[in-house]
Amino acid sequence: MATRARSTGKAVAAAPRDIAHSGFLAHRGGRWRKVALGLSALAIAVYALTDPQPRPNGGTATGYLLGSVGAALILWLSLIGLRKRIITTRAYSLKGWTSAHVYLGLSLIVVATLHSGFQLGFNVHGLAYLLMMIVVLSGLYGIAVYATLPAQLSANRNEATQPQMLEALRALDRQLDTAAQPLDKAEAELVRLSLERCDVGGGLWSRLTGRYPRCGNARARAAVQAIVDDRLRRGTPDARLTQILFLLERKDAALAQARRHIGLKTRLELWLYVHVPATFALLAALLAHVLSVFLYW
Amino acid sequence: MGEHYRIAIVGSGPAGLSAAAHAAKLGLSHVLLEKTDHLSDTIHKYQKGKHVMATPSQLVLRADLEFEAGKRETVLGRWGSMAAAAGIAVRHHAEVRSITGTGDPIPGSVQAIISRKRDGSSETRELQRLAPPYRITLADGDSIIADTVVLAIGTQGNPNLMTCPGGDLPHVQYQLDDPGAYNDEHIFVIGGGDAGIENALGLAADAAHGNVVTIVNRSAEFSTAKDANVKALMAARDAGRITTMTGTTTRVIEPGWITLDTADGEVRARCDRIIARMGSAPPRAFVEACGVEFASSDRLAFPKLSATFESTAPGIHVVGALAGYPLIKHCMNQGHDVVEFINGNSALLPADEPILEARFAGLPGDRSVAEWLEFLRANVSILNEMSPLQMREFMLDSEARAYPAGTVIFERNAPGSSLFGIADGDVLVEIDPANPAVTVPLAAGTIFGEVGLISGRRRGATVRAGSDCIVEISRSAALKLMSAVPPAAREITRITTERSLLQIFKSGLTPADLVDVIAAARVETVRAGQAIIKEGETGDDIFIIRSGSMVVEKTIGGKPVFLSYVPAGSYSGEMAVIDGGPRTATVRAAVKSDVIRLPGEQFRALLAAKPGLLARLRDDMASRTRLNSFIESKKDSFGGVVEMYTGVANFLVDNGVGEATDVLLIDEKLCVGCDNCEKACADSHDGLSRLDREAGRTYAHLHVPTSCRHCEHPHCMADCPPNAIHRGPTGEVYIDDTCIGCGNCQRNCPYGVIRMDQVPPKKPWLLNWLLFGQGPGPGEPDRKWRYKHASKATEAPKKAIKCDMCTGQSGGPACVRACPTGAAIRVSPEQFLSVALLDRSDD
Repeated sequence: MATRARSTGKAVAAAPRDIAHSGFLAHRGGRWRKVALGLSALAIAVYALTDPQPRPNGGTATGYLLGSVGAALILWLSLIGLRKRIITTRAYSLKGWTSAHVYLGLSLIVVATLHSGFQLGFNVHGLAYLLMMIVVLSGLYGIAVYATLPAQLSANRNEATQPQMLEALRALDRQLDTAAQPLDKAEAELVRLSLERCDVGGGLWSRLTGRYPRCGNARARAAVQAIVDDRLRRGTPDARLTQILFLLERKDAALAQARRHIGLKTRLELWLYVHVPATFALLAALLAHVLSVFLYW
Repeated sequence: MGEHYRIAIVGSGPAGLSAAAHAAKLGLSHVLLEKTDHLSDTIHKYQKGKHVMATPSQLVLRADLEFEAGKRETVLGRWGSMAAAAGIAVRHHAEVRSITGTGDPIPGSVQAIISRKRDGSSETRELQRLAPPYRITLADGDSIIADTVVLAIGTQGNPNLMTCPGGDLPHVQYQLDDPGAYNDEHIFVIGGGDAGIENALGLAADAAHGNVVTIVNRSAEFSTAKDANVKALMAARDAGRITTMTGTTTRVIEPGWITLDTADGEVRARCDRIIARMGSAPPRAFVEACGVEFASSDRLAFPKLSATFESTAPGIHVVGALAGYPLIKHCMNQGHDVVEFINGNSALLPADEPILEARFAGLPGDRSVAEWLEFLRANVSILNEMSPLQMREFMLDSEARAYPAGTVIFERNAPGSSLFGIADGDVLVEIDPANPAVTVPLAAGTIFGEVGLISGRRRGATVRAGSDCIVEISRSAALKLMSAVPPAAREITRITTERSLLQIFKSGLTPADLVDVIAAARVETVRAGQAIIKEGETGDDIFIIRSGSMVVEKTIGGKPVFLSYVPAGSYSGEMAVIDGGPRTATVRAAVKSDVIRLPGEQFRALLAAKPGLLARLRDDMASRTRLNSFIESKKDSFGGVVEMYTGVANFLVDNGVGEATDVLLIDEKLCVGCDNCEKACADSHDGLSRLDREAGRTYAHLHVPTSCRHCEHPHCMADCPPNAIHRGPTGEVYIDDTCIGCGNCQRNCPYGVIRMDQVPPKKPWLLNWLLFGQGPGPGEPDRKWRYKHASKATEAPKKAIKCDMCTGQSGGPACVRACPTGAAIRVSPEQFLSVALLDRSDD
């Protein structure tokens, strides 16, 4: 029938792939860690074994060598942004790239500092060094976040996906809406607090701290709780409000899960908002640094 | 006595309609009987605007009606107007209840009808066939007399009817065309399958309609419905939009009221409308009662037909899906052909003749198609029982090839699930991977490749051509053959048993050594979770896993501990035969499996005669014992680790890894949720992602996302009308371009990994997005962007989309390559369900 692929009967080897169950830090037995340590050791050795006059700085032969290595590293390290997004068909491992990015990026601290010969000032050269350190340190924070948060994200998710969490909240809202129909106006206003004044994500500060002081659902819950308790004390419990309270409590739990999820995802991404713009600033400063050295020295 | 016609055509689908149009054109007296009030009910029931495809494209349409791919409405509209113009005599609302001959009993023509009951017992009834003309009795009591009958009723069957008192009242309906058509009604939906749930959700979707919807299910769980539907139903129930009544049956229906039997007693409720969706009965019982015999008792079997589509009841012809041809073009051609045959044209060659000619083109020996079919049928033993019509259909799905001597037909470890038959010449099987010179010849008439077919695993040995001609039988054709011709199925089973024994045990065994063991061997089907061997019990049978897989467990410290995973093509249970002790571990099926049980008595006799085999078994046993004691020692020192190991292994098996060949796993201790895997998938496949990272089950931070497992016996292949799903050269299961978008594979996949979608428009180059913000960026474009940039000129059909394991991309699966942290891995169960898993549990 139609265009049927004819099997050739050949035992075609599957494309080689990495089935090692190891994270980017342990990629290939820490191959890039060794490379980075070696590079750092080499840089230190070159620095220690040469004795440029009048004193070590970026303008000596050693300085040029270390500077060229550093600049090449920075350019290569910044390319991971493209490597991540351009999906080619040949074999490559983004995990390997990340591993190399992390370790070689850290070795930059040694290479660039030695390149400067510990001479830093408030000028375009010092700016490039400062930006580089911001990039490296934010990256270091990123590694820490990547090492600790995924397990929490997974545990909090508990097999629910983000759309499912939001859908669960919408379902609770619908139930609250239905359950609030028989209420009088004042009580219905409380439910409206939960329905209309409840922001799941909230601002950046709320996401990072996990504190939502103006959360409409929390306010509604406290107010309804007070009414329910009051009615209970007076011996006239109200089944409708008890049901509302139950729904508000469930929404509270669902909100807490969704907010933890969003908070963790924010923390997993936020550092990139420092790391990446600082990288672009670094590239600009690096260009200025190199041009100024060669044109105006 | 009713009216007398030359031809009565039952069913107005593509086949029936085309037959009627041709009868009208030839001026034959005819009637087209349709049970509904419109033509072509199956296509009528397609969702609005569905794109109907016209495959196979190279098949010439010879019907009088026109047909080309297009929207459902267009197709139905054209057929409707052409049917009217052709002067077809249609009788609507004519549901056929029975078809019986009115002539004399036909001597010796007795049909045995076997009906199976739920409890497993069966009853055989004998039916004496009567000669034509036939009396066709309709549901309204009317009857019609016809010389010949064309059955074109498809395979949909009739919906199961409400049998309780009042079940025939007018407010009981069996279909819901437009859920929006009802307002402010108390509606009961009976039946908790997918159809019932979807109807109930549709009726309750818009609160403004004010319907009070209740769904009634006979069992306590909605176990036959899809997970997503059950979840949506539960959400609707929790939101108070739908009431569910489980463990409930209907007792009485009265106008305006319904009485139900619930677990807590009888309930009477207001009810304005009842929508009964209790499944449908396959048409087989009806067809058999007409005197038409089926090829076997298999669920997949089709009626026995001659080359002119005539069944075992003289004058009753069967065409279309019921005859085994599910595609519209086939059906229409057959409708045309069957009327030609009835009209006495015996020289007409079927429309697929050019396709078959092409299939035999270039083969040595100058034969016509008919001669070729006869040559193959006569020479390949398993084909001997086939009818000429079956042979034609069979060859449409198969290939005939001549291999020059010495050519490799397939290599060891090549994936492949097709079966080969040797029509002429012979082949050589290389039995020793180390030395290609050691071969065993197979002579003409026999088959090979059956291990790939039965177990779904890679080829076990390289096979070279000795000389001449071979037929390659595709997996679907082989499965059809096995259900249509029981002796062929038995022969294939016998050969598989013999060869798998030879292959597994090797040690210089010959078929002659195995005669006793094979005579005593039994093939058994094991449910998922069922144990074939229980720890501590006595028993010395040996089991060969023919298809599926097993897990081995041992109770240590009062808890079952996972020991190992046993794939198809291995054996289990040898310890008891060798040392005679009780079973040391439990072996249970990970998925539904077929095993060959070899009785211990015959096997011990074989062992006594073959010391080489005994030595081999002892070696295997020693390595298994080592594994057991290694895990037991771990258990003593690190109890938690082994428990975790067992937990992870069981979790993976529960999630279908036991039938997988290649599964995507995500370590959620490493996954940062960047979704680069999904983006990479979309960007390397026409902009559509074939995986859903977040969805799926998780255990101990190990996540099985919604992504194809490339099963050994793919569920998606089960019912693909254009036969578009194949296993590729690196073991991947993929869908080719002939997909007609019917959605069967999506429904059949238990893991929900197939989606129906249209290819989105092309995105601007990535750098344009990076630099100028053009286009939607990496990954799957959102709906809005797709809609805005869709081509207005042509309508893109929705087709089935699934993981193809990135075949043709030298780098392997893009999801794995593009994972920045190493969280995503794609592995086979043997690679992952091993002791290496213990190390993972260590940290």
